Amino acid sequence: MSPTEPIEPTGPPDPDAAPAADALLRVRGLQKSFGANQVLQSIDLTVSRGHVLALIGPSGSGKTTILRCLNGLELADGGTIELADELSVDFTTAPGKKQLAALRDRSAMVFQHYNLFPHKTVLENVLEGPVMVQRRPKDEVTAEALALLDRVGLSSKRDSYPFELSGGQQQRVGIVRALALRPKLLLFDEPTSSLDPELVGDVLRLIKELALEGWSMVIVTHELEFAREVATTVAFVDGGRIVEHGDPKQVLRHPKEERTRQFLHRLLFPF
Amino acid sequence: MNQSAWDLFWTSLGPIVQGAILGTIPLALASFAIGITLAIGLALMRLSRRGWVSSIARVYISIVRGTPLLVQLFVIFYGLPSLGIVIDPWPSAVVAFSLNVGGYAAEVIRAAILSVPKGQWEAAYMIGMSHRRALTRIILPQAARVSVPPLSNTFISLVKDTSLASVILVTELFREAQQVAAFSTEFMLLYLEAALVYWVICLALSSVQSILEKRLDRYVAH
Repeated sequence: MSPTEPIEPTGPPDPDAAPAADALLRVRGLQKSFGANQVLQSIDLTVSRGHVLALIGPSGSGKTTILRCLNGLELADGGTIELADELSVDFTTAPGKKQLAALRDRSAMVFQHYNLFPHKTVLENVLEGPVMVQRRPKDEVTAEALALLDRVGLSSKRDSYPFELSGGQQQRVGIVRALALRPKLLLFDEPTSSLDPELVGDVLRLIKELALEGWSMVIVTHELEFAREVATTVAFVDGGRIVEHGDPKQVLRHPKEERTRQFLHRLLFPF
Repeated sequence: MNQSAWDLFWTSLGPIVQGAILGTIPLALASFAIGITLAIGLALMRLSRRGWVSSIARVYISIVRGTPLLVQLFVIFYGLPSLGIVIDPWPSAVVAFSLNVGGYAAEVIRAAILSVPKGQWEAAYMIGMSHRRALTRIILPQAARVSVPPLSNTFISLVKDTSLASVILVTELFREAQQVAAFSTEFMLLYLEAALVYWVICLALSSVQSILEKRLDRYVAH
């Protein structure tokens, strides 16, 4: 399996098809409160086609909430999300079901705790969305799903149930489930945080391959080395704001903001 | 036991088993099927974000669980006619038992739905499912596994409770036994015989329960 092998027949969006400056995702003034607690102050961010945005920051900073708002799992209280094909969702008033559905249709999420469906086999987990929701032909989707499972080395597990798999295998199925939806944007919520240390590498390698193939992604992660290597842009989130963002090497090696410096220092020298 | 007692045991087994097959079992099955359907509806009402919807279900469940089944049966069969609503014994029994099962099973199903992790809803929404589809394809199948043991208890209780239908003249297992007993005056023998048949039915149900649990457990680590 070479990192540049295209994952046909799904096929990632071709990064050369559009200029790099072509924004796939544009978020403006995104706000979210849980009761009196404002977890997102006013978030602005942009992801170009084929680019990877890594969100880093302390726990409770709001980075996972940003991701969940992008997929409509949390309803933002204000701001707009523009995502591919002229979809623009304004959250100053509660958006309709159709708009939320359109938002979910364009993105797919990989969860920290995998959230595979335990009563369905690996293959059924992957087929559920494309067949039951998107109504695509089952034969075609099955062939595609098997190719994807083969690619992540799990074709022999197609008829296994999630509990029979290791955490790393479950997460790779989680990634395949997301890819099979043919999203425009992939969302990763701390994809390796629940994994045993020796299983982290496989999952990170797979995500890196997808990034190299031109998939557009937003990744919430604590793996700084991974973010530095894979991300196009790193954003440091703290207190519900993006404190600073930019080139990974610059943000992670020479942060401008004191808060970023403190956070990185704590991660590098935990004791 | 003397010879004539044995003879009575064997000759009365026919009508008692017939009462079980034609009365008790179909009564229990019909009431359980209707009751579970009602219970799913009530459980979803209880989980509704609209306060008044949840309240209606809560009051209903409270009434059903807070009043004796025998009284419910009497209200429907002997009480409703004074309002001009006359229902035959069999449908009266089905109505009473269904309403009763609905109230008890609703809380079981509600708890089972709540026991499915929130992440399952999120994954279902993530792949584009509507609330209804997430419920039917992802949440309820997982809730079913959790609710098999308590619902089996509900069903076994129901099978025994159908003996109450004898007081509203439904021909079922216990009423058959009562009739033979009154005729022969061998009360001890006939009522023990009725108890024995109930016990055999419940033993069979318990084994069905364990088969069902094994089947539904195939995707869970042990």
